[in-house]
Amino acid sequence: MLDFLKGPVETFQEFLFLSGRAIRNIVRSPHYAEDILLQMDAIGVGSLFIVSLIGFFSGVVMALQMSRALATYGAEGQIGQIVSITLVRELGPVLASLLVAGRNASGIASELGSMRVTEQIDAMRALGTDPVQKLVTPRLIAMAVVLPLLTIIADFLGLIGGWFIAYGMLNITTSQYWSTAWRALEYNDLTQGLLKPFLFAIVIALVGCYYGINTTGGTQGVGRSTTKAVVVASVWIFIITSLLDPLFVNLG
Amino acid sequence: MTSAQSLPAQLPVAVAFDHVNLAFGDTPALVDLSFSMRAGETRVVLGAAGSGKTMLLKTAVGLIKPDSGHISLFGEEVTGRKENQLYELRSKVGILFQEGGLFDSQTIAENVAYPLLNQFALHKNGQALPPEEVDQRVRESLSFVELEHTLDKFPSELSGGMRRRAGIARAIVTAPQLVLYDSPTAGLDPITANLIINLIIKGRDISNTATVMVTHRYQDGHLMANFRYNPSSGKIERAESSQSTTRFFVMQEGRLFFEGSEAELRASTDSYVQKFARPGSS
Repeated sequence: MLDFLKGPVETFQEFLFLSGRAIRNIVRSPHYAEDILLQMDAIGVGSLFIVSLIGFFSGVVMALQMSRALATYGAEGQIGQIVSITLVRELGPVLASLLVAGRNASGIASELGSMRVTEQIDAMRALGTDPVQKLVTPRLIAMAVVLPLLTIIADFLGLIGGWFIAYGMLNITTSQYWSTAWRALEYNDLTQGLLKPFLFAIVIALVGCYYGINTTGGTQGVGRSTTKAVVVASVWIFIITSLLDPLFVNLG
Repeated sequence: MTSAQSLPAQLPVAVAFDHVNLAFGDTPALVDLSFSMRAGETRVVLGAAGSGKTMLLKTAVGLIKPDSGHISLFGEEVTGRKENQLYELRSKVGILFQEGGLFDSQTIAENVAYPLLNQFALHKNGQALPPEEVDQRVRESLSFVELEHTLDKFPSELSGGMRRRAGIARAIVTAPQLVLYDSPTAGLDPITANLIINLIIKGRDISNTATVMVTHRYQDGHLMANFRYNPSSGKIERAESSQSTTRFFVMQEGRLFFEGSEAELRASTDSYVQKFARPGSS
C-alpha cells in the first residue's frame, strides 16, 4: 500500500517544490519581460477566438435550454438573470479554463518536454540560466494575467449569445434582458468569477511546466507528458471549483 | 596511475573527482570515480553505451548531483553548492552536448550569443556586455568553426555536422578554461568527424584549455593525443609523442576501468579495453 502511494506523493512533492520556486522567482531577478509578453500573446491572443466562440455558444445554448424550463412558470423574462449568474459564476471560468488547459497545458508540456529530451534545458542550466526562472515563471505570470481576461470576454460574449436568443426567439426586450442580467450579479459572483480563473491559471501553467520539465523517454515521453498535463490540469479545475463553490455559496 | 603524476605540478587542477558515486534507483551510473586533471590537459573518455561517460560530464558541472563523493572545478567545490551558486563556476566551462543542445527557437547567432548575455559572471560592473562586443565575439566564434554565413539560420536549417560546429562555437565563445565535449562526432561521416576533431584540437591549443572528450571512436582520441595546432602555419600537425598531455579513460558500468596513455591503452590485453583500442573500432 505504501509503495503504491510513494509515486504519487513524490510527484506531488516535486510539483510543490517547482511551484514554490516558480512563485518565489516572481520577485527575484532576472526578469524575462520579453518571454512574459510572448507567452501572453501565445496564450491570450492565441486562445481568444476559440474562447470567444465557446463563450458565445454557451450563452446561446443556456438561453435556449432554460427558456423551456422558465416558460413552465411563465418566467421567461428572467432569462438574463439565469444566463449571467450561470456564466459568471461557473460556466465562463470553467469552460475558458478547460479550453486553455487543452490548448496551452499541452503546448507548454510538449514544448518544455521537447527541450528536455534534446538537452536544451541542461544547456540552459550549463549556460547560466535557471530554467524555472526562464521557462516556468514567465508562463505562470502570463497565464495568471490572461486567463481571467479571457474569462471576462467569454462571459460577455455568452451574455450576448443569451441576448441573441432572448431578443430573437423569446421576444424579450433588450433593456429587460440586460437589466435582469446586470442586477442579478453581486460582488460575490464577480469575485468567484475572477478568482476561479486566476487559480485555474496557476494550476494549468504549473502542471504543464511540471510534466514538460520532467519528461523522460524521448519523443514518446513528450507525448505522455502532454496527455498527462491536459488530464491532470482538467481534473484539478473541477476539484478546485468543487472546493470553492460551497465556500462562496455559504458566503451568500 | 593517476594523471597528475606525469604532469607539471605548477599547473592548477581543473577538475577533480574524489570517490564519486551516483545511481538511478538500483542502476549504478558512477561507481567510486576518482581522477584529476590539470589545466591544458586532455582526457578522452571511451566506453560502451550506458557506461557513465555522459554522467561524468554532467556531474562535473553540477547538472546532476552525485549521491556521495566530492567534485571540484578549479579548486572550488561543486558538490554541496546550490544551483544558483554554480552559475559562476559554470561560466568557466564550455559544454557541447551530445545532440548539440542548441535552442531550436533561436537563430544560430542568438544561440552563440546566449552565454555572453546570460552568464552574469561575464558581465562588466554588473552591466551586460555591449551589443557590439557580443556581435563581434559571436562572429569570431562562428568564423572559427567556419559557420559565419549561418548567423540568421535556425538549427533545424543546418546539417548534423553544422549543428555540432555551431554547438562548439557556443561552447567556446566565452573563452572557457575547461571544455567538455559529449560525443562530438557521433552519427557523423568520417570527413565531417575529422573536421570537428580538428576544430576541437585548434580550440584546445590556441587557448590551452583543459578538454574532456567523450567519444565512441578511438580515432578521435588518437587525433587528440597525436596532433596539435601550429599557429604559425595555421595547420593541424603531428606532435611529438613526448609532448602529449592526453590520457585515455575507459568506463565500464560506471567505473573508471582503465586510465593511461595511448600506448598503454593499445598495449592492454584486457578484452573490454581492446574493444576501444583498435583503429576503426567504434
